[in-house]
Amino acid sequence: MANVFARIGDWVNERTPGLAPMYRKHMTEYYAPKNFNLWYYFGSLAMLVLVNQIVTGIFLTMNYDPSASGAFDSVQYIMRDVEWGWLIRYMHTTGASLFFVVVFLHMFRGIMYGSFKKPRELVWLLGMLIFLALMAEAFMGYVLPWGNMSFWGAKVIVSLFGTIPKIGPALQEWIMGDFLPADATLNRFFALHVIALPIVLLLLVVLHLAALHEVGSNNPDGVEIKKGPKGNRWDALKPADGIPFHPYYTVKDLVGVGFFLLIAAFIIFFAPTFGGWFLEHDNSIAANNLVTPAQIKPVWYFTAFYAIVRMVPSAFGTAVWGVLGMFGSIALLFALPWIDVGPVKSIRYRGTGYKVALTIFVIAFFCLMALGMDLTDEYFPRIFGAGIDITLWDNVFGRIMTVAYFGFFVFLWLYTHLGWEKTKPVPDRVTTHD
Amino acid sequence: MTKPTLLTMSRLLMKRLLPAFVLAVGLLVAGQPAARAEGEGQLMASGANVRDQASLQRGARLFFNYCVGCHSLKYMRYSRIADDLGLTEQQVMQDLNFTGAKFQEPVISHMPPEDATKWFGKAPPDLSLEVSAKGADWVYTYLNTFYLDPKSPIGWNNTTLPNAAMPFPLWELQGEQVAVTKPGSDAVEKLDLAHPGKLTPAQYQQATRDLVNFLTYVSEPAAMQRHRYGVWVLLFLALFTMLAYLLKKEYWKDVH
Repeated sequence: MANVFARIGDWVNERTPGLAPMYRKHMTEYYAPKNFNLWYYFGSLAMLVLVNQIVTGIFLTMNYDPSASGAFDSVQYIMRDVEWGWLIRYMHTTGASLFFVVVFLHMFRGIMYGSFKKPRELVWLLGMLIFLALMAEAFMGYVLPWGNMSFWGAKVIVSLFGTIPKIGPALQEWIMGDFLPADATLNRFFALHVIALPIVLLLLVVLHLAALHEVGSNNPDGVEIKKGPKGNRWDALKPADGIPFHPYYTVKDLVGVGFFLLIAAFIIFFAPTFGGWFLEHDNSIAANNLVTPAQIKPVWYFTAFYAIVRMVPSAFGTAVWGVLGMFGSIALLFALPWIDVGPVKSIRYRGTGYKVALTIFVIAFFCLMALGMDLTDEYFPRIFGAGIDITLWDNVFGRIMTVAYFGFFVFLWLYTHLGWEKTKPVPDRVTTHD
Repeated sequence: MTKPTLLTMSRLLMKRLLPAFVLAVGLLVAGQPAARAEGEGQLMASGANVRDQASLQRGARLFFNYCVGCHSLKYMRYSRIADDLGLTEQQVMQDLNFTGAKFQEPVISHMPPEDATKWFGKAPPDLSLEVSAKGADWVYTYLNTFYLDPKSPIGWNNTTLPNAAMPFPLWELQGEQVAVTKPGSDAVEKLDLAHPGKLTPAQYQQATRDLVNFLTYVSEPAAMQRHRYGVWVLLFLALFTMLAYLLKKEYWKDVH
């Protein structure tokens, strides 16, 4: 039997001699730093979720009807009459939310350990493009079940483009193919969601990994292992602090996968709506352009960005500033490698100012999220008394947090360009591993 | 360089994962009232539990006796109800199906929507997803807060959904509640049971609990399967994770 496999292997190698070297380059001879910690699970988990979304998505597509008259019913058909349809759908909906959880953590890891810095700027830019494509993918997928919040959410998000002076209203109609989100909108969102954007996402993921494997992975110490001493047990010319990705990190990531699947399975089987955060109550009502939900708000992973739209006031007769603020909040992340030019990568050896700023940035992000979720409307009166002017409180709170969000980038630019940062000495070799 | 011990693993967990988990649970708990606070005032706890099959059966009987005259469950088939509630085809067709539908057909009310719109001003909504949309507590509270209101065209009103177009079909069970208003205002302070019905207040609450329980099941019949398989999936994954961890430990022995 082993002989048969060897012969098949030889047969393939003779015809595609590049295949085995490629496998070695990316797996058994890709030397990753040996000190990856918990934060380094989220990249492989994001890939796992991507595969989950594609596989479950294929099966959902078999029974979903992308028409305004049939979409809502077809989702209930999947939930009730399709064998295991409920499981496939819950895997897809839970996967969508967990995708953002792992991607947010993955991005935060990159910021915290300076993984976006030279020579990994391209890895970061490709990653940011993935994030952008993912947001578009998630938004269109969210519209497909054609619940009432899908409908009104789509209307609000598309109306953001309507704030652009002069071309806005026409652009809005062009996006929807109608004056309201309608059959044409659903059809094109379906096409983009199941074909166009997944292809873009997959291509970007391949490029993200290719770019990463060219420069090598960063690590919690922010030490370049390629610049350190050479020679490990497998190769005399490769970094001493590197270990082969396969089998070391494949088995390690397998543990991460196990933990992650435990959490995911708990949600799928015992709390698939996650208290109305992953699947919203208003989406159990079919889309209805005559009945507005009590509160229109985007699904949780967009709320921080949506809060920025709400907090930036209109000026000079246009509301486009809020939209610019939202896109700006993401554009600044793209520009991070040129904003934060501090020579030290990892937070472990950076100045106190950086640590404080990053903490404030994270707090601001969570506060904006809470604001976008309308949690503040509920908790401010409870904490500060029922008589307060809630709109005023929201605005003051939200604007402080918006300033804190943008302030992070301004501070980082000044802090690193003007040389204010007092860093600690960076070790020559990686310090820990588990 | 530290060895991979269970202690360091658990410390990592405590330090990193736990706060994230606490935050997630906090959001979940904090979010629930916001997502469901739609009615006026506080909601009563329905205590709905779709694992209580006897309650589901009683609830189904109530639904088909009192509700199906106006409300459909267009996504729910009679055959599925039989399967999930432990009833035979004969029991369902004799005791629950009064519309003459076939066993495999969904539960469709006989009331023509056009006529209903004429009679009530609004066609009675399909209740297949009512609990998913509003929450079990909301529906439970709604069924407990009807009161006589001479000002309403249908004679009934509801504190949970003021000026609801729905007459109160369960009045013979609960009896007739009347509103006690605050002096000098129209605001309802509390509801008093002016004329008791066939059931005692405790019995009526149990009856509405059963009914809400049935509607909770109808909103998501898959919940039955979720609960059945979920524990086994988690056990399998726990075993898988443990084996993966041991495998990792074995492989990483020689990394120094």
